[in-house]
Amino acid sequence: MDTTALGLSLKLAWWTALVLLPFAILVSRALAFRRFAGRGFVEALIALPLVLPPTVLGYYLLVMFGADSALGGAFEAVAGRTLVFTFEGLLLASILFNLPFAIQPMQRAFEGIAPELREAAWVSGLSRWQTFLRIELPLAWPGVLSALVLTVAHTLGEFGVVLMVGGNIPGETRTLAIAIYDRVQAFDDAAAATMSALLLAFSFVAIGLVHLLTRRVGSRHE
Amino acid sequence: MSDASTAGLSVRIRQASPISLDAAIDCPPGKTLALVGPSGSGKSTILRMIAGLNVPSHGRVACNGDLWLDTAAGVRLAPQERSVGFVFQHYALFPHLTARANVVVALGHLAKGERSRRAGELLALVHLQGMEERRPGALSGGQQQRVALARALARDPRVLLLDEPFSAVDQVTRRKLQWEVAQLRGALNIPIVLVTHDLEEAAALADVMCILHRGQTLQAGPPMEILNRPASALVARLADLRNVYEGTIESHEPERNVTWLRWRGYRLEVRLDGKFEPGQPVSWVVPPAGVILHRRDRPSAGERENPVRGVIGECVMLGETASVTLLVDGQRECRLGFAVPAHVARRNGLAPGGAVGVSLLADSVHLMAWEGPEAP
Repeated sequence: MDTTALGLSLKLAWWTALVLLPFAILVSRALAFRRFAGRGFVEALIALPLVLPPTVLGYYLLVMFGADSALGGAFEAVAGRTLVFTFEGLLLASILFNLPFAIQPMQRAFEGIAPELREAAWVSGLSRWQTFLRIELPLAWPGVLSALVLTVAHTLGEFGVVLMVGGNIPGETRTLAIAIYDRVQAFDDAAAATMSALLLAFSFVAIGLVHLLTRRVGSRHE
Repeated sequence: MSDASTAGLSVRIRQASPISLDAAIDCPPGKTLALVGPSGSGKSTILRMIAGLNVPSHGRVACNGDLWLDTAAGVRLAPQERSVGFVFQHYALFPHLTARANVVVALGHLAKGERSRRAGELLALVHLQGMEERRPGALSGGQQQRVALARALARDPRVLLLDEPFSAVDQVTRRKLQWEVAQLRGALNIPIVLVTHDLEEAAALADVMCILHRGQTLQAGPPMEILNRPASALVARLADLRNVYEGTIESHEPERNVTWLRWRGYRLEVRLDGKFEPGQPVSWVVPPAGVILHRRDRPSAGERENPVRGVIGECVMLGETASVTLLVDGQRECRLGFAVPAHVARRNGLAPGGAVGVSLLADSVHLMAWEGPEAP
């Protein structure tokens, strides 16, 4: 059992959720409530990681993060090291490949709020911000929770993109999923089995939790 | 154009798209105005424009001297700044909050400590004591409607807007709620605007009825005036008046205060109306109350007044009243509706196929401009 890899995976999941969720709430809410030109294009772009082979996504991220690119160069100028094969690069990649998992459940949840409810809040005197905090967010809560759990579970399990962008550096980019692959390659079946069982259990509990909480919150509104 | 300093609500709205609107509405404090029209006539849109949920391309909305909207002057207050109470058609209660919390949401103008108590008072006002901690899902339709009303009143609104508020509850609950709203309006002393497609409801609750057709306010006035003296055949049809016909002005007799109307071979005497020239085609209407049955058991001199003969098409007993349709001259396409007490119908042996005579009261016949062949 590679506890460093487990720690790194949890750290990555934590940071991904922390950075991605607030951003995803804003984007999903805008997609649900606003009609703007190019909305379909944005939705397609967000859904892309669902269908794109992880290696393809990883390849483009690798190109994007390279020292020759604008992003990679800028990061290197500021931080003094490259984005590729670092935790920061991994975090950025994780945020990108988790976009659909964070945004789609919340967008569905916001779309499920009847327009009259927001209007009723406005005519009751609530500002847009108060309406968001007191009406929209509590009603969209199951979606937010689903997004959180799916993002965390997916971050712990992602393999292809991580390997392409981060490589296999212990303590820096070797996540649990990479460590399993690493152990299998080294014929250390026992360690691979333990870590696989851990990810399996975690994924099962996570999905079960989403279903359970979604149902309970949903029935409260009946 | 009324001036912003007048008390009450003043609304002028004009736009060509997305739906064409041309509406003028005035409602003084303490009065109820009913916006009546078929679905798609724009009545809900106008209500939403008063609340600030929609914005017309041209318009002006003022309430008690405060300007809420003036597109010409660039004034456009958000719904939050307008102080309206709005009851939505399907109530729009917040499903995750209790009845009390739903009302508290609209009490932002009070100190935090007072809100819960005030919400309780408002819920008591709408007869929901003991239900304060229930969520909307655990309340009946009528109870939800009451919570919506309490929430609408919570802001101490300057105007109360009701969008088909009684359409989603059963008949008994509807009567009860209508009665309560009628009681409430005296105590509130603010303008109330009620959107409905139910003419009976409008006539029962409103001081002023405003008939809307394709976004245009056709006529506004006391319900009885509109029902007895519609401004046009279109208003008469929208107000669901039954006895609307077309005739021709024959002549005027100013000295007797009489106009003679030619209709299907009858020469009808009606109240003098100099607006129309002899020979001019007109539409006319007579309310059921202006049609008097010639009684076999009790003939009277009144039978000489505009006698019309026909055959009974239908005679339907509705409780203590018989609703009768007369086929004028036995013609199926010309139907005249009126009502008589059930015992009169029985005593006179009114039944389909029977020949009877009626009188059309000259004072009840109302002439309107002819609008050409009836639109489908």
